[in-house]
Amino acid sequence: MPKDHGIGASNKRREDVRFLTGRGKYTDDINLAGQAYVHFVRSDVAHGTINKIYTTAAAAADGVVGIFTGADFEGVGGLPCGWQVTDRHGNPMQEPPHPVLAQGKVRHVGDPIAAVVATSYEAARDAAALLDVDIAELPAVVDMKAAVADGATKVHDELESNLCYDWGFVEENRDAVDTAIKNAHHVTTLELVNNRLIPNAMEPRVAVGAYDPTNDESTLYTTSQNPHVIRLLMGAFVLGIPEHKLRVVAPDVGGGFGSKIFHYAEEAFCTFAAKQLKMPVKWTAQRSESFMTDAHGRDHVTKIELALDAEGHFQAIRTETYANMGAYLSTFAPSVPTWLHGTLMAGNYKTPLIYVNVKAVFTNTVPVDAYRGAGRPEATFQLERVIDVAAREMGIDPVELRRKNFVTEFPYATPVAVEYDTGDYNAVMDKALEIADVAGFDARAAASQAAGKWRGLGINTYIEACGIAPSALVGQLGARAGLYESATVRVNATGGLVVMTGSHSHGQGHETAFPQVIAEMIGIDESMVEVVHGDTANTPMGMGTYGSRSLAVGGSAMVRATEKIINKAKKIAAHLLEASADDIELKDGQFSVAGTDKSVAWGDVTLAAYVPHNYPLEDIEPGLEETAFYDPSNFTYPAGAYICEVEVDPDTGKVTIDRFSAADDFGNVVNPMIVEGQVHGGLAQGIGQALLENCAYDENGQILSASYMDYAMPRADDVPMFSVDHSCQTPCTHNPLGVKGCGEAGAIGSPPAVVNAVVDALQRNGRDVRHIDMPLSPSRVWSAMNG
Amino acid sequence: MQMSGEREIAADPGVVWAALLDKDVLKEAVPGCQEMTGSAEDGFEATVVQKVGPVKATFKGGVSVSDIVEGESLTLSGEGKGGPAGFAKGGAKVRLEPVEAGTKLIYDVEAKVGGKLAQLGSRIIDGFAKKMADQFFERFQVAVEGPPEDGGGEEPAEKKGWLKRLVKS
Repeated sequence: MPKDHGIGASNKRREDVRFLTGRGKYTDDINLAGQAYVHFVRSDVAHGTINKIYTTAAAAADGVVGIFTGADFEGVGGLPCGWQVTDRHGNPMQEPPHPVLAQGKVRHVGDPIAAVVATSYEAARDAAALLDVDIAELPAVVDMKAAVADGATKVHDELESNLCYDWGFVEENRDAVDTAIKNAHHVTTLELVNNRLIPNAMEPRVAVGAYDPTNDESTLYTTSQNPHVIRLLMGAFVLGIPEHKLRVVAPDVGGGFGSKIFHYAEEAFCTFAAKQLKMPVKWTAQRSESFMTDAHGRDHVTKIELALDAEGHFQAIRTETYANMGAYLSTFAPSVPTWLHGTLMAGNYKTPLIYVNVKAVFTNTVPVDAYRGAGRPEATFQLERVIDVAAREMGIDPVELRRKNFVTEFPYATPVAVEYDTGDYNAVMDKALEIADVAGFDARAAASQAAGKWRGLGINTYIEACGIAPSALVGQLGARAGLYESATVRVNATGGLVVMTGSHSHGQGHETAFPQVIAEMIGIDESMVEVVHGDTANTPMGMGTYGSRSLAVGGSAMVRATEKIINKAKKIAAHLLEASADDIELKDGQFSVAGTDKSVAWGDVTLAAYVPHNYPLEDIEPGLEETAFYDPSNFTYPAGAYICEVEVDPDTGKVTIDRFSAADDFGNVVNPMIVEGQVHGGLAQGIGQALLENCAYDENGQILSASYMDYAMPRADDVPMFSVDHSCQTPCTHNPLGVKGCGEAGAIGSPPAVVNAVVDALQRNGRDVRHIDMPLSPSRVWSAMNG
Repeated sequence: MQMSGEREIAADPGVVWAALLDKDVLKEAVPGCQEMTGSAEDGFEATVVQKVGPVKATFKGGVSVSDIVEGESLTLSGEGKGGPAGFAKGGAKVRLEPVEAGTKLIYDVEAKVGGKLAQLGSRIIDGFAKKMADQFFERFQVAVEGPPEDGGGEEPAEKKGWLKRLVKS
C-alpha cells in the first residue's frame, strides 16, 4: 500500500499550482519603479583586438542613460573562478582574467564589448545599433588539439600557452598502469568525442540590479541556482560589496541544469550600473544570447584503453582526454573534467589500476562548465562504451562481462580516491533486465526485421558521486568554497513551521518533498510546513542546488535542525507534563510520557514556547527556532543499470528509441513521483545528447548552431514511454535520511545505452561498426553502416 | 566556403576589364547594392541591403581591388558590417582570357560570415553565397553586354542600355 503521507508518499507538487496556472514569479516578472534596460553589444568575431569603440552616436540616441565599456570596469575585479586545479607537475592551472566587459581583446563570439542602458529595451537596442566597434580580427583557435600545438595563436596573450592544465590522476599510478596495459592479455582502445551541448533552460537568464542610496545597499534579482554563492563571488571578488550590503534574490527559476550555478558578467553589470546610474537596471537574455553566453557543457575528446585478462577481468584503465574550457574559466569549469570525472573512472567495477590524464584547453569558444551530470556523464560514456567494445572483441556477453567485474563488497575504496559506501550492482542489473523484458528481445527483433528495421539492445551501468561534498576534502582538491548546506526551521506559536533552506529549487520540487520529511519526523500534516528559499535576506548561508545535493545535504541540514527543535520541544513538554525530558516520546504530533497516558499536543508545546507563562525559563530560552549546517562526511553514490532498445532504419540511418528502461538505486526515496519525474527529465536530456544535440563551430569560431533551427532539442516524440524503477534501495550509510540523489542519473546513464544499442543493431546486421560519435544523426549512422 | 566558376561575355577583354573597375557597373552587379562610391585606386564604399534567411540587414563596408595584372587578373575583396546582424566578408579572384566570343571570365570566390548571420543562417549560407556569386557575375555580364535581345532580363531594358553605353564610353 503506497504511503499517502510523509516520507515515501507521492504527494503532488504544490509548486505546480502556480507553475501550471501561469502564476510563477520569475526574475523577468520583477519590474522595479524607474528601471532602465540594458542591451549588450557582443563580439561577432571569435577573436580580435578592440581598436576603438565609437559611442558618440549611440549616447545621443533617444532614451539612452548610460553607455559602459571595458574601460569603466578597469578598477573592478574580474569574474572569479571557484576551483583551482593543480597539474601533474604540482603547478597551479593557468588562470586568465575574465573582465565583466571585454578589455583590449574579444575572445569568443558573444563576448560582451559594451552595454547600452536606456529607458526601454527598444531604445537600448536601437541605440546599440548605432554603436560602432573597430575590431581587428585575429585567427581563432577552435580545435583543442590545434590549440595546444606549438605556435598556436594564444587566446590569452599573457599565458604561456592555451593549456590550462595537464592533470594526471592518480599520478603515482601512472607507471604501474602503463606496465599493466603493456603486459595485458587484451587491450581494447577506443577514441571518442563527448559532444558539446548548450543547456537551453526554458527560462533564459535575467538580472535586475537595484541600489538604495539611503543605506548603500545593493540588490540583485537573478536566475540562479545558488544566490548565496553569487552574493559571495560578486560581492567579494568583483564589486567589493560586503555581504551585509548585498542581497541576492533568485525567485522562481525555470530550469538550470548547471548553467545557472555560475556567476555571469550580466549579473555583475546590472548590480554595478544600478549604483552608478542610481536607477534599477534590468537585462533579459534574448534566446540568441543564451546560446552564446550560457556556459556550455561536455566537449571532451578522449582516448580510453581497457586492459583485460583472458577471463575478462579488468586489469587497468588508461585515459587521455582533451577538455574544452572555452575562452575563459567559468566558475567551476576546472573541476568538471578532473574531480568530477577522474574520480568516477572506476565505474561500478573493481579495476585495480587507473590513470586519467586530462588536458584542459582554452579556445575561442563560449566557456564550458558543469551541465547536468558534469564530468560523470563523460566518465560513464567512455567506460561503458569501451566495455561494450571489449565484450564484443573478446566474445563475452556484455552483461556477463560487467557482472564479472562488479564491485560487490562495500565499503569499496577505488583506485581513484573515492570510497563507495554501499550499493548492489547485480540487483539493479537484474531489475533492469526484468523491467526491460530482455527475454523478449529476440521476438521483438524478429518483428522489426520483418518490418524492414534493425533492432538493437544497449545495456550499461553507471555510478555517480553526488551529494557534494565534504568541505575538507574538496578544499584539498582545490575548491575555493565549502560545500555544506544549511537550514533554519522556525516553528510558529500555533504550530506551523517554516523551513528556510540554503538549497534552491528550480524544478526539483523542494517545496513538496522537504515538508514530507518534517511531517514524518514530527507526525504532523505536510500542510503545516512551508519552505522558503532563494533569498539571501531570509535564508541562512547555503551553497545552493546542483550535483544532486539538495536532499542529501540540504535535507540533512533540515533534519538536524528539526532534531534540535524536537529536543527542545521535548524539554518544554516535559515541563508541561511534569516529567523528565528523557521519558518524553513524540509520535503523531503528540508528546507523551513513556508508559503513561499523559500527553500534550504539538500545538500546546509550540504555544508554550512563545507564550512562556508556564515555562522552564531558568533552563531554556523561549521560542522554537533552530539552525543547522550539515557538512557530509562522504559523497553519495547512486548507481543503476539502463537498457535501451532501438530500431534503425537501414535505408536512412534514422534511429528510433523504442524502449528505455532505468533501474536506479537512489537509496531511500522521499517522493517517488518526483524522483520518477527527475529520471524522466534526465533521460530526455541524455537521449537528446545521444541522438540530436550538438553545438557546432566553424573553423573561424563562429557558432553555427545558435538557434532552435540548428540546435536540435529532444521533443516528446523523440523519446519512448520510459520504464523507471527505483525499488533497489541500498540506503546511504552516512546521511540521516539514507538518500543518495536522483537529479542527474538519467543524463549520466543514458547516452552509452543509446550508442551501445545502435552499434548492436548494426553489428547484428553484419555491419562491423565499433563506434559512432554522438549525436547519432541519420547521416552519421548511415555513413557508419555504409562504410 | 569557396566556389568557382566561369562565364563567357560578349565583349572584348578591354571592355570587361574597364567594367570590373567601374563603380557604376559594380553597383549594378552587386545584388542589393544601394550605393557605391569611390574608385578602384582608393577603394569603393558600398551599402548593400540583403536578406539571409531570417536576417535582413543593411551592410556597410568597403571593396578594395588588389593583385592587379593590367587587363588580365585582379582580386576584389569586400567586408560588410551589418550591425546586429553580423558581418560578411568575401573575396573574388578574377581572371580574363580572350576567347572567340569575347572574353572568358574565370572566378574563384571565398566567402565568410559571422555573428547572427552565422548563428541563424548556417544551414542556408552556402546556398546563399553561391546565389550571390552567381547573381553578381550574371548581373555583371548583363551590365557589360546590355539587355538580351528578347528583353527577358530582370531589369528594365533602357537601364542596361545606359550601363552598356556608360562602360563603352
